[in-house]
Amino acid sequence: MTSDHAADMTSDHAVDIDKHVRVYITVFVALMVLTVVTVAISYLDLAVPLAVTVALLVATIKGALVAGYFMHLVSEKKLIYAILVVTVAFFVALIALPLLTTSNGYWIEE
Amino acid sequence: MDIPYTVELRRDTGLNNGKIGIWLFLASEVMLFGALFASYILIRVGAPSWPRGDTILDVPLATLNTIVLIASSVTMVMAWASLMRRRFETFRIYMGGTILLGLVFLVVKYFEYTHHLALGEFPRTNNFLAIYYTLTGLHGLHVFGGMAVNAYFWGPGAKLWKTNPVWFTNRVEHSGLFWHFVDLVWIFLFPTLYLL
Repeated sequence: MTSDHAADMTSDHAVDIDKHVRVYITVFVALMVLTVVTVAISYLDLAVPLAVTVALLVATIKGALVAGYFMHLVSEKKLIYAILVVTVAFFVALIALPLLTTSNGYWIEE
Repeated sequence: MDIPYTVELRRDTGLNNGKIGIWLFLASEVMLFGALFASYILIRVGAPSWPRGDTILDVPLATLNTIVLIASSVTMVMAWASLMRRRFETFRIYMGGTILLGLVFLVVKYFEYTHHLALGEFPRTNNFLAIYYTLTGLHGLHVFGGMAVNAYFWGPGAKLWKTNPVWFTNRVEHSGLFWHFVDLVWIFLFPTLYLL
């Protein structure tokens, strides 16, 4: 789905939209299944590092489905990707900041 | 003066200005929630002990809310697709559904909050609850904001459909981008707060 779809709403596009609607329904089902998976995994009582990894992995897959298909990122213009590359770089830096602290989570060793 | 490039695409970007605007706004939102997630990691790693979310929070209710919010993302994208098919009445049904699902999410959240407050679990009680209320509260405000914009497009804002349907369709798409982002944030909040 491209951003210029709305600029030209012809019958060809209507057929195109029908295809996309089928994709939306498939993504919806996938998101529901992954939600069940997320909750089911939490009942397995995995060790915390593994539980965090698995939970974030499933959440990332779900997030990618939402961003890719509902937010149309699978076929977006270059400028949007450029904005997002910068965003991701700053986001990773932000999340990594706690790692710069010492193992006890504070800036100062106790 | 008319706002430029609401319908036609700019040659240099290949986009209408509204879409660039909403994505830049979402980029700032990523940093807002990112800062809070980073704070959460820092506080949790630094704590001598940390409770599992499911020992304090209601997982079935949060699972229900996850399903509600994902369903609302589907109705939102279907509302936009309806406009692309030039079916305004279908748009109204899907957009109305999106707003109602947002309302269901907030009502469930209300019951969650009142339950915890009745138990004397306030933001000041401990760091877990402080993080829980801050992150879910900010997210809830976003749900409310998205609902307000969607309600505008469902109601008075829909007049634009008669005079400039392409611009209206673009505006609904941009509102949808915000709504899906709010869904995306919840997809990460749910496991990190409730399940881990």
